Amino acid sequence: MSIASTSVIQIIPRTRRGVELMLLIIAIAVAVGAYINIGLTVQDRIPASTGYYAAGISLLALIAHMVLRYRAPYADPVMLPCAVLLNGLGVAMIHRVDLGLKQAAEAAGREPRSAAAPQQITWTAVGIILFLVVILLIRDHRRLQALTYTAGLAGLILLILPLVPGLGVNINGAQIWIRFLGMSFQPGEFAKLSLVVFFAGYLVVKRDVLTLAGHRFLGLDLPRARDLGPILIAWAVSLGVLVFEKDLGSSLLFFGLFLFLLYVATERAGWLLIGGLLFLGGAWFAYATFGHVNKRVADWLDPFNEVGGQVSNALMGQAWGGVLGRGLGQGRPEILGFYGQSDFIISSFGEELGLTGMIAIILVYTLIVERGLRTALGCRDIFGKLLATGLAMSFALQVFVIVGGVTGLIPLTGLATPFMALGGTSLVANWAIIALLLRISDQARRPQTPAAPVSDETIAMAVQKQ
Amino acid sequence: MSELTLTLIKLGFLALLWMFVLAVLSVIRSDLFGAKVDSRAPAPVLAQGGRTPKPVKPSKKKKGQPGSVTIADGPQAGVGATLSAEPVVIGRGSDCQIRLDDDYSSTRHARLFQSEGEWWVEDLGSTNGTYLDGQRVSRPVPAEIGGSIRIGRTTLNIAK
Repeated sequence: MSIASTSVIQIIPRTRRGVELMLLIIAIAVAVGAYINIGLTVQDRIPASTGYYAAGISLLALIAHMVLRYRAPYADPVMLPCAVLLNGLGVAMIHRVDLGLKQAAEAAGREPRSAAAPQQITWTAVGIILFLVVILLIRDHRRLQALTYTAGLAGLILLILPLVPGLGVNINGAQIWIRFLGMSFQPGEFAKLSLVVFFAGYLVVKRDVLTLAGHRFLGLDLPRARDLGPILIAWAVSLGVLVFEKDLGSSLLFFGLFLFLLYVATERAGWLLIGGLLFLGGAWFAYATFGHVNKRVADWLDPFNEVGGQVSNALMGQAWGGVLGRGLGQGRPEILGFYGQSDFIISSFGEELGLTGMIAIILVYTLIVERGLRTALGCRDIFGKLLATGLAMSFALQVFVIVGGVTGLIPLTGLATPFMALGGTSLVANWAIIALLLRISDQARRPQTPAAPVSDETIAMAVQKQ
Repeated sequence: MSELTLTLIKLGFLALLWMFVLAVLSVIRSDLFGAKVDSRAPAPVLAQGGRTPKPVKPSKKKKGQPGSVTIADGPQAGVGATLSAEPVVIGRGSDCQIRLDDDYSSTRHARLFQSEGEWWVEDLGSTNGTYLDGQRVSRPVPAEIGGSIRIGRTTLNIAK
């Protein structure tokens, strides 16, 4: 009888960084493969810039990987490769629509618009830098709990920023951009991050009173009227975003996130009921009051009422793609113009990679969300649990809202497709979210400090010798 | 470029994309089918190599040897563990194989282990003591079928 086999069974803590490197290599192969494929079909040759593209994406991914290796060795091995894959595919598709728009402009004898892909690559680099900064600076996510109310205030300021005269700009009817130093930003993307920190920190403190006080009605535990304050405020703020910024997507995202975290923190379905009713009320109010919401619903119920409308073009494209797609570079996603790179980028993938490719992409998002929720399960502190859940759910909600809108499942609301859609702020903010999730998962998966040895091996051995 | 080549490139790319998804799924498979466990000693070596250790095959039980230990009464009745080769730790701690919800038990209260073909009960320095058939366990004593272990206010039965 060896000593080893009498000692306590333990879960082996594995860093799995080697697995991460392997997955990263496949992810980079997919992204570079897409780039080459597009060059071959659109320009009939392997594009000369392939080397730069491959070197750039590999370098960025490798730096992120090495920092994780040294600074967060137990972090989840799956999230970084998934994010790199989505980002790389997104850049490739933006490049593909660039080429399509250029051809269309040349055919029409117009001056082509400047290419958007190089800009997106620059933003990817900025995103990875922020990723590194978050991993290096935030050594312990629990420090963020001290910033609960600061984060809440920062989130509100970021939300209101586009309404400041002279700073905010109105693009396509939505007042959600600010122009600063000659560049446009979407502060709402970062508001999302700080509000999740705020929600998590707030609910850690308040969850007990929100869970325990209340009365039972029709088999549901309903909260007391005076505990309804927070949910009503969250509802009012998201309605405010809708009314003043005309941003349906963010409004839905913020309310959905708060409601979901409230449910997770209290485990009471009563909150979902109240939240659902508030949502229905808000939705009806928006539908009755705002022309643009009304039009979105009309487009959803009858997408083909307007020939050449965005939704009808997107649906046509996806139908043309069918099961296996037209093949990269062989569809016509440029028909949607700029939207084929941003809000409708998923529909561009549906057209060129078909249902098969689209399911794979949605699965990759699902895997990121699953790993986020898994991190929450494994996390040892409640703040970390709620934070990880909120961050993971922010991806899930965004993907559901935008993919659902583009495929005609729900009325279309403009939200950025995480990591893929053209848009610097969104990309950078998403890299920060992934960094935070990885930081929490490093804490969750790290082996616990071993308990003081209680067992007395010498006694056991003495007995064995008898 | 010919139609056939383009179709092959298209299918190849989709296959590559799905290969990534399947690779990720196989990596996270371990989460669904339970974490790998092993005894403490070889763990650091394995962790460095990043390899999955082969699960230890449960050794064949000899006739007359205890095969399981189960909580006999209270709200946790029926909770238990099979006695194969690995030792079983009982207590309130989350790393115990049998986790007691008993305020009178210690975090790591007692353990059952196999040595020289026999199972032994050992007290791990608990506050309130471990009793086997009414006798306080002060040093490892053999556990036999039909015996009952009392820990705090919980009674566990040793069965075949």
